[in-house]
Order: sequence, then structure tokens, then C-alpha cells
Amino acid sequence: MEQPLFALQRLSAMVMAPFVLVHLAVILYAVRGGLTAAEILSRTQGSWLWIPFYSLFVVSVAVHVPIGLRNILIEWARLSRGASSVFCLLFGLLLLWMGLRAVAAVGGFLS
Amino acid sequence: MKSPRNHRAYWAFLGHRLSGLALGIFLPAHFYVLGLALDQRARMDAFLKFADMGAVKFGEWGLVLLLSIHMCFGLRLLALELLPWSSIRDARLSWISWGGALSLFVGVIFALGVI
Repeated sequence: MEQPLFALQRLSAMVMAPFVLVHLAVILYAVRGGLTAAEILSRTQGSWLWIPFYSLFVVSVAVHVPIGLRNILIEWARLSRGASSVFCLLFGLLLLWMGLRAVAAVGGFLS
Repeated sequence: MKSPRNHRAYWAFLGHRLSGLALGIFLPAHFYVLGLALDQRARMDAFLKFADMGAVKFGEWGLVLLLSIHMCFGLRLLALELLPWSSIRDARLSWISWGGALSLFVGVIFALGVI
């Protein structure tokens, strides 16, 4: 169990590093002069660059974050490996669901 | 005797772990607010107006800083684990300073953008 999770954590990190760089650049650009829902959505809805980019970002996040959280629960909260794994699997699924829903919402699907 | 934890690499480990924990806790709220665009656009706008308050902007600034720190210190970990070490002491400690400086730079650009 530990070996595949270790590898997945590193692989998802490598996938995410360029995403995070672009995301930071988008944040720095977008926050100038304030944000409105209309302004955000006009940039994102129906964008075939934006939607796959953030979908893949969300999938990577849903892999990366729960594995890190699992390590913290085991090492710092002294939770058992089993309990930590179950909790983090559920948390990962929640992140995946909420993240893809957010991409669908901001990307203009389902509306 | 100097504590074995009182060195730059330990502080980088702590910064990486705590920033990751904070970002992980923040993500569901982030996704929830973006999800409001689906059927509650007025609530999303109300939230964005709330997010314009100084204290919330300060929180956002902190999150941007944490994201940048987590990425920089994470890249150092990847380099330590996956790239060859030119010497046994090659712990790439300078990456910690560069990562911190780059994150502060990102924080300054964000602050200039929202002020």
C-alpha cells in the first residue's frame, strides 16, 4: 500500500507543478480590479482550453491531497493506517466530486 | 546541544506540510464557492463581494503564499528524491531560500494587484 501511494503522490505532484504555476499566474492576473461572477464566467464558459486544464488539475488534486493528509493523520494524529486510508479515500472522492462540479459550473456545462 | 530539528530543511519540511494541510482544508470551500456558479450566481456574487473585504483579502493573500510555498518546497523534495546527488551534502538547501523568496515575490504581486 505505501509504495504505490508514495509513487502516486510524486507523480501527481509532477503533473500538478505546471498547473499550479499557471493557476498562480491566472490568480495574479484575475484579481486585479476585483472579481465578479460574470467576469469569471465570461472567461471560462465554453473554453476548450480552460475546461480540460482544470479538469485534469482537479483529478491530480484529488489524488495528491488525500495521500498527504493520510500521512499527517498517521504520523501526527496517530490514527491507524486503516482508519486514515478510509477517511482519506472518502475525502479524495469528495474533492473529486466537488472539484469536477466546480469545473462544470464555471465551465458552463449543465447550465 | 543544538536540536536536530533546528535546521533549514526541517523548517522547510514543516512549511511544506502545514501549507499542504491548510490548502487541503481550504479546497472544499473553494470548490463549493465555484460550484455556486451552477445555479446560484447571485450568491456567488454576494460571496465575491464579501471576499473584497480587507480581512478576507488578507486570507486570500495567505493562501496564495501557501500555494506558492507548497509548490516550491515540493519541487525541492522531488529534486532530492529523483535527481542525482553530486555530493552527500547536496541537500539543495539553497532551494529553500529561493522558494521562500519566490513565494514572497508572488505575495507582493498579489498584494499590488488587489490594493
